[in-house]
Amino acid sequence: MKMTGAQIILECLKREGVKHIFGYPGGAVIDIYDELTRTPEIKHYLVRHEQAAVHAADGYARASDKVGVALVTSGPGATNTVTGIASAYMDSIPIVVFTGQVPTHLIGNDAFQEVDIVGITRPCTKHNYLVTDIRQLARTIHEAFYIARSGRPGPVLVDLPKNIQQASIVPEFPTEIKIKSYNPTIQANPRQVKRALDLILEAKQPVLYTGGGIIHANASQELLKFAEALQIPVTSTLMGLGGFPGIHPLWMGMLGMHGTYCANMAVANSDVLIAIGARFDDRVTGRLDAFAPNAKIIHIDIDPSSISKNVVVHIPIVGDCKNALHQLNNLIQKLPPRDWAQERQEWLARIKEWDRKHPLKYKKSKDVIKPQFVVEKLWEITGGDAYITTEVGQNQMWAAQFFKFKEARHFMTSGGLGAMGYGFPAAMGVQVAKPDATVIDIAGDGSILMNIQELTTVVENNLPVKIAILNNAYLGMVRQWQQLMYERRYSQTDLSAQPDFVKLAEAFGAVGLRATKPEEVEPVIRKAMEIKRPVVMDFVVDREECVMPMVPPGKATHEMLLA
Amino acid sequence: MPVQKTNRRHTISVWVDNIPGVLSRVTGLFSGRGFNIESLCVAETMDPEVSRITLVTSGDEQIIEQIIKQLRKLINTVKVVDLSELDHVEREMALVTVKAEDKSRAEVLRIADIFRCRVVDVSPTTYTLEITGTHEKLQAVLGLLKGHGILDIVRSGSLAIQRAKKD
Repeated sequence: MKMTGAQIILECLKREGVKHIFGYPGGAVIDIYDELTRTPEIKHYLVRHEQAAVHAADGYARASDKVGVALVTSGPGATNTVTGIASAYMDSIPIVVFTGQVPTHLIGNDAFQEVDIVGITRPCTKHNYLVTDIRQLARTIHEAFYIARSGRPGPVLVDLPKNIQQASIVPEFPTEIKIKSYNPTIQANPRQVKRALDLILEAKQPVLYTGGGIIHANASQELLKFAEALQIPVTSTLMGLGGFPGIHPLWMGMLGMHGTYCANMAVANSDVLIAIGARFDDRVTGRLDAFAPNAKIIHIDIDPSSISKNVVVHIPIVGDCKNALHQLNNLIQKLPPRDWAQERQEWLARIKEWDRKHPLKYKKSKDVIKPQFVVEKLWEITGGDAYITTEVGQNQMWAAQFFKFKEARHFMTSGGLGAMGYGFPAAMGVQVAKPDATVIDIAGDGSILMNIQELTTVVENNLPVKIAILNNAYLGMVRQWQQLMYERRYSQTDLSAQPDFVKLAEAFGAVGLRATKPEEVEPVIRKAMEIKRPVVMDFVVDREECVMPMVPPGKATHEMLLA
Repeated sequence: MPVQKTNRRHTISVWVDNIPGVLSRVTGLFSGRGFNIESLCVAETMDPEVSRITLVTSGDEQIIEQIIKQLRKLINTVKVVDLSELDHVEREMALVTVKAEDKSRAEVLRIADIFRCRVVDVSPTTYTLEITGTHEKLQAVLGLLKGHGILDIVRSGSLAIQRAKKD
């Protein structure tokens, strides 16, 4: 039976198991939107800016472990997705973005709403396609999903010219996707795994440094088993939070620029550093030559190009984190028993001592709300079971430090790209994936304005997302740098000209609540949790609070500024 | 682990899908990541679905390792081989129009003969020569011809192929 391109596209989505998409119509995708009216299996969420569609698909993908999907029109619709795509690329999030394109005969003519989105997104997608032949359409879409979710996941863009959507053929849907030039290594080399274990068994001061790869590979259970079996303390990157329980005795907190003192000291003093699904980002390592200077480094990663990119690795292991950890755990089971608790006693005691000396802390106040206090209260009141998204800056770091993530896939943040405006639309996507869960965007007063229009989307669809604005009326993280490194010249970071966030929420049809004193924080949160509608909580916080500790840029991680 | 920090010239063969946009993915990777391309040649192979790129780049061991890994990571890359690590033959070509008047006419021809260049075009005052050889040979010929006056020149990048096993 003949089908139009638009029908083929939606049929492919159904075959991929897609239930929800986020998008915004336009002239170049009108045929797909028309077909959507005859596709009850797929629910479309109408965002109010295309950037939000991509962040929502990203949040959806992280929470659900499925491929997130966004659909937008050509030209400006397509360019508005770029930030979202770049963010998903840096964080390895599987999404597929469909963009409309002018008809093939007009491509290159500077037609209305034409842009070379494949050219624009080439460096920030895992792969992208321009479909110029309807016979390739179905295969291309299935390839896009396959590439997005396999290996090191990432965003894939498919550009769909209007005449391809309108043309008709009898389609062939591939049952299996094989790409001869694309074969990610899943199975870790057993010999390398054995070498790694031998090194770990000799270590006196080992540290596990884990990243987003643990989350993507769903390897939390294997990590927990491994860490407990050999009593190895664990730290993780921002992207890895939740991959190891934040309340476990072996947990040291996040490492890096705003990591804990004990995590950074443990890494600096480690003799074997086991990096799993992490990529030695500059925000983690600080000054490279002083990062884990005495450690032999084992690096497990599915992406060979991540290995020995920034730091030269002694034992590289290419493969899926879960597979590698599973092999390690199997090998450990066959070992003669050793009293690891006893052997690690001294090392773990040193770490505990670092933690006791400089724990994460802030000056409590009775008069002014401390932002960290708000995050602590959110954690307490939700029992740590909420899904947390963040914007970027101080709000993001306080969320990472003071919310003790218990499980994987509960923390969504624009880690690599650091895109302000990510948190709220991402929360929207999370709420679609987890309709009954508590979803909170921990925001700043700067970031939240970058995608505030989505209040309409959450109100329209009754997505009960909660937004907690840590409102210091500053672009807080930049202000903090200006305070610490630019002699308090607060160039363009004072955001005290701001809307009344409570009234703003109400204007959109959401609920607005405000707390200005510490004793109001808990009642506001409790009230927000009871309301089954979108709520904006405006916490008026200490204006000049800094995120501490802090490794100044270009310094070694042990040269931290402490609170 | 000690890293060898000395820069070396590497000739790398990359087999890629022969479809539009692939070359841009390869060159975009180099510019986006700050790698350097000294020369680049690309054409279809015997299999019309595959093109072979020969590119010359330089960097220390770690950079070359990154370049190769990043090339392999491209979805359209079929195979990457660093020919510099193998026994291989490398050739470049140049077409050069040299001033050749009166007394220098014979001298230019003599140079062409010594280096086995071919004369591909003649005018009363010029010769156009085809020169093929290694990078070093081309440099040598061009150095000699320079004195006579080079009017126009075009050079290919390096082409390289692995030597066949002899036994």
